[in-house]
Formats: sequence, C-alpha cells, structure tokens
Amino acid sequence: MNSFKLPPTGLRFEKIDKRYGGLYALRRVTFEIAPGECVVLAGRNGSGKTTLLRVASQIVRPTAGKLSFPGRDTAATGGNGLHGRPGYVAHTTMVYDELTAEENLVFFAKLQNVEQPVERAGELLREVGLIDRRTSPVRTFSRGMRQRIAIARALIHRPSVLLFDEPATGLDPTGIAWLANSLRELNKAGCTIVMSLHGESEISTLATRAVRLDAGAVVDDTNSGASLRSILNFGVA
Amino acid sequence: MTKRLLLGIVALLLVIAAAYASLYLAPEERTMGVIQRIFYFHVSSAWAGFSAFLICFVANLLYVWRRDQKYDWLGVSAAEVGLAFTTVVLITGPIWAHPVWGIWWTWDARLTSTFILWLLYVSYLLLRTLVEEPDRRALLSSLFGIFAFLDVPLVFGAIRWWRTQHPSPVILGGANSGLDPTMKMVFFFSAFAMHILMIFLVMERYEVEKMAGEVEVLRREVEVV
Amino acid sequence: MATLFANSATLLGKELRTEFRSRELLTTTIVFVLMVVVLFSFTFDPSTAESRRFGPGLLWLAFLFAASLMLQPCFLREQNNDTLSSLRLAVSDPFAIFLAKVGANTLFLLVTELLMLPIFAVLYNVPVLPELPWLIVVLFLGSLGISVAGTALSAISAQARMRELLLPLLLLPLLTPVLVASTEVTVGLMDREPSVQWKGIGFLVVFDLVFLTALWLFGEYLLEE
Repeated sequence: MNSFKLPPTGLRFEKIDKRYGGLYALRRVTFEIAPGECVVLAGRNGSGKTTLLRVASQIVRPTAGKLSFPGRDTAATGGNGLHGRPGYVAHTTMVYDELTAEENLVFFAKLQNVEQPVERAGELLREVGLIDRRTSPVRTFSRGMRQRIAIARALIHRPSVLLFDEPATGLDPTGIAWLANSLRELNKAGCTIVMSLHGESEISTLATRAVRLDAGAVVDDTNSGASLRSILNFGVA
Repeated sequence: MTKRLLLGIVALLLVIAAAYASLYLAPEERTMGVIQRIFYFHVSSAWAGFSAFLICFVANLLYVWRRDQKYDWLGVSAAEVGLAFTTVVLITGPIWAHPVWGIWWTWDARLTSTFILWLLYVSYLLLRTLVEEPDRRALLSSLFGIFAFLDVPLVFGAIRWWRTQHPSPVILGGANSGLDPTMKMVFFFSAFAMHILMIFLVMERYEVEKMAGEVEVLRREVEVV
Repeated sequence: MATLFANSATLLGKELRTEFRSRELLTTTIVFVLMVVVLFSFTFDPSTAESRRFGPGLLWLAFLFAASLMLQPCFLREQNNDTLSSLRLAVSDPFAIFLAKVGANTLFLLVTELLMLPIFAVLYNVPVLPELPWLIVVLFLGSLGISVAGTALSAISAQARMRELLLPLLLLPLLTPVLVASTEVTVGLMDREPSVQWKGIGFLVVFDLVFLTALWLFGEYLLEE
C-alpha cells in the first residue's frame, strides 16, 4: 500500500444504547479506542459486535449515548472530505451487482470527492487483486472476490478508521494472508482498525487490544488486564 | 384515574345537552325540516375529527424530533379518534342527503375531501400494522402522518376548485351566509361538546396504547430470555 | 451545496445506468400503462366529446397506477447487498440520494407518458399535437409530484411488510390533488378550444414544492436505521 500517513483518529463510545423494541442490542457500552490501535471485538453471535460496528460507522443511530472521533481534525476533513467517514466492511458487499467492479469503485470515489477517481479505483483494484476483472459485473464474482471488492470500496477514500465485521469470512488461506498483510500495512500508516472476530487466526495476531461483548455489554477488555488470548478464546463455544 | 372519569362524565353530559339543544332548542330550518338538525352533529364531528388529526400531526412532529414513545402513543390515539369522528361525518352525510335530495351521496367538496382524509388515516393505521418493531413503527408512521397532514390542505383545495362543477346541493344551506343566532349558539355548543368528547376519547385511547406498549416491551424481553 | 448537486448528479448517473442496462422497469411500466389505457377504452363508447372529457382523467389514472407499481423497486433495490448503507456512508447530505431518485423516477415516468401519448391520441381520437408543449409541461409537473411523493413513500414501504400492496395504498390517496389538477389542465389542453389552466399549473407547482421541501426536511429520517 502507499506510504502515506493518515490523520490519527480514535473512537469514543459513551454509554451507547441500542434498543430494538424491548430488546437491547447494546447496553451502556463505554470505552475508548486510541488512534492507531488495532482492536478486536470478540463475542458470541448476537453479543452486539455487528451492531456496535454499525453504530461506529454511523449507519445505525444509537437509542442513547454518544459516539465521537477524538483526534480527527474536522476542519481538514469537513463534512465528508478525504478520511471523512470510517471505512466499513460488512457481511454484504454494499456494492451494486449490476455494475462492474470498476464502475462501482469510481462511483463511490466520486461521491466522496476522491481526487482522480478513475486512477484511484484502478489502484485499489490492483491492490486487492481484481484488476483483470475490472469490467466484470460484481454479480459474477465468487465469495472471495466479493469480499475483496467490499474491502476496496471501504478503502476508496483512505479512511483513518476501518471497521471490519468478520474480515476472514469467505477468504481462503491465501486471501487471509493477503488481508492480514494489508491490514498490517494500513495500521502502520496510522489507520485505526476495529474488527470483530470469532476466534484466533492470522488476523487476530495483528491486534493490540481486545474487547469482549456479551448480550450487548462490555464484559472484558485487555486494557483492564485480561489477556488477548483469553478474550478471543472465550468467545468461541 | 378520577380526572379522566370526571372528564368522561362531563363529556357525556355535554353531548347529551348538545343533542337536546339540536333537537329542541334550535329553530327548525325553513327548507329542509327536521333532518337539517343533523347538521349540528355532522359539522361538529368534522371539526372535532380535524382537531384530532391536528393533534396527531403535532405528535408526529414531536416524535421525530424527540423520539419519546409517548408521542407515538398520542399520535395513534388521536388518529384513531379522528378517524372515528370522520366516519361519523361520512355516515351522517348520506343520512342527511337522502331524505332532502333523494340521493345518497353528494359530491360536495367538503364531503369528498373528507373521504380522502379518511382514506389517508386508514392508510396511516394500516401502515402501523405492517411494521413490527415498535421504534421503527413509530418513526415510519410519524413520517407518513406528517406527509399526510401536509397533503390535507392540498386535497381540500384541489377538490374545492375543480370538483364542485356538478350542481351539488350545498350542505350548509344558507348557513355560511348568516346563520340564525340561536342556530349559531347551538352549533358552537355542539362543536364544543364534540371537542371535549374527542379529548376524552384520545386520553382513554392513550392509556390503552401506553399499557399495550409497556406489555410489548416486557413480552419482547421475555422472548429473548 | 455544490457537493449536493455533484452527488445527486453522480447518483442519478448510477440510477440511469442501472436502468438502461436492464430496461426492465421501463418496459414493464410502459406495457402496464398501455394495457390500462386499452382496457379503459372498453368500458365506455368513446365518442369524441366523451373522450375529450374522460380521456385525460383515465390517462392520468393509468399513470398513477403504473407509478405506484414502478416506484416499489426504488428503495427495495438498495436492500440488495445493503447498498443503501454504503450510499449513506458515502454521501454527505442524504437529500442527494432522494434528489437523484426523484430525478430518475420523474424521467422514467415522463418517457413512459410521452410514448403513451400518441397511442392514447389514436385510441381515443383526441388531438395531442396542437398543445404539445403545454402537455409536456403538465406531464412534467404531474410526474414530478408523483415522483416526489412516491419516492418518499417508497422509502417507507420498503421497511414494512406487504409492501406491494402498501405503497399504492399510501400513495394513491396522497396523490389525489395531483390527479385532479393534472386532469383539469389536460382536459383544458385537449378541448376543442384549447386553453391553459394557469390555476392548475400553479397548483401543481405548489404541490411539488411542498413535498420537495418536506422530503428535504425529513428525508434523512426516512433512511435512518
């Protein structure tokens, strides 16, 4: 990846609640992520990892509480300039099946005022290894390719925060090795990474910190002394 | 509890008094005879219904702004009560029209617009039954409620301007042009009584909705466990 | 502000590109309107005088029905792969998403209507050429009104059950003013002595502005999660 430096941005969750009817997906979640950290969110299915990531990405509005990004120079980034919103990779690709890989990336680049959108799209396609499928519609992509185009979309605007919901899904061992390397490079360039994982893998080795969720609440944090390994393994049934 | 009960009794008394006044105190109208007395009931229901929809609109705005469930409860209560009064208007219209003009429905501007109003709020309630999650239901129906209410003056305007070319009987007779003073008093008293009744019904319905909302929260919590 | 229009343009480009690649929305809408127009013509014996009087209303009714079907995929499509979320992340002002969709929907409706016009003229023996420029104006204003309301309500119905039935149910009463005003203007234009109904045109402009403003104020809540 490019050797540019990203503006250091952290995340602060203050008493975040998310309620769906009578069900609390998140309960008074409060913790802070320092700029440049690589954090793993661990927990069983339904513990609130996905919801917390969606709140962090600002797609989901919390029922109560406050989300902020300390360290982000809002004057420089403005409403949605470069580095603006967090990059978010979810379970779905969040790109258009009927458009080609290149069309999708150029489209999202243009929306976020990325300079030279076509060149930037090409650059990313090269990095994720999809350059020779640039003119293929995304609906023809395999599971692994879909994950890669999703990653490309998330990175198009050089976000200083990257949110990743179960990154290893759909990738073969080569893919996982490539992703681990990419994340390492991004983290080195200053990107704050938050990812939800089920258990240990090559990707979890990147983590500098882990937070475990259960039933929507924070139950463990390496910051308070627990070991990374114990947090990661506790989540696995 | 007792405050509401008191209001209910007052409302009932007022409505009975208004009915009495409409039937016995108001002078008989020249051309239409006894059936014209339904006008007091018909038009006051329309006004009360409209006030209820106005309450619904304000509640909808407040919900979108504040996201407090009680505004959603108020909105649905006001909408239902408004719909009830509007239904009365739509039923008393033909009851009045038939003996006087020999037809069941008059394409009178106000009646037609009221019909559309009725359809809009039926849709509002229907929408609510089709969204399960309570917060989502509240938000979506509030937004539709806002759009619907903004539409109301446009509906009335369009129909008044372009759909009264049929020679339709004017429901109010010579009402707008100088109503007899006693008639005027009876009418405003009826309108007042209807409004008190409306407020009472909205409050009662609100309590039911509030209880239902609380039960639903409990039920969902239990389901999770 | 500049970003809003730039974003809307980019989004509009995407909407048009997606549609012209498959053309499924346009073709099905055109065929549907054609069927409705033809079926309507079976229900009465179109003498020239009657056609001029009733034809425009039936035409607009056909457009309304078609629109209430055509507008469903609007936000439903964005649920595939959750592209609505990526749009919301990428765009600074969510109103851009609406502007683009309203633009695209208005365009699709307009294309359908212009293609239908000659067919309607032939089937109902009504002249459309003499006042074509004004017809295009009223088609545009009416379609804009239908699109603004329809796009907003489509965002609502996409989040509810039974959305295929729900959207028409919500949309049709709301669009009554557009139906009435557009029909009146069109009747005036297709009359033996054509005239431009300025009141109608002005009314449609007001309708469009009211709902565009409402969409601008409340749009982001329609997309909220």
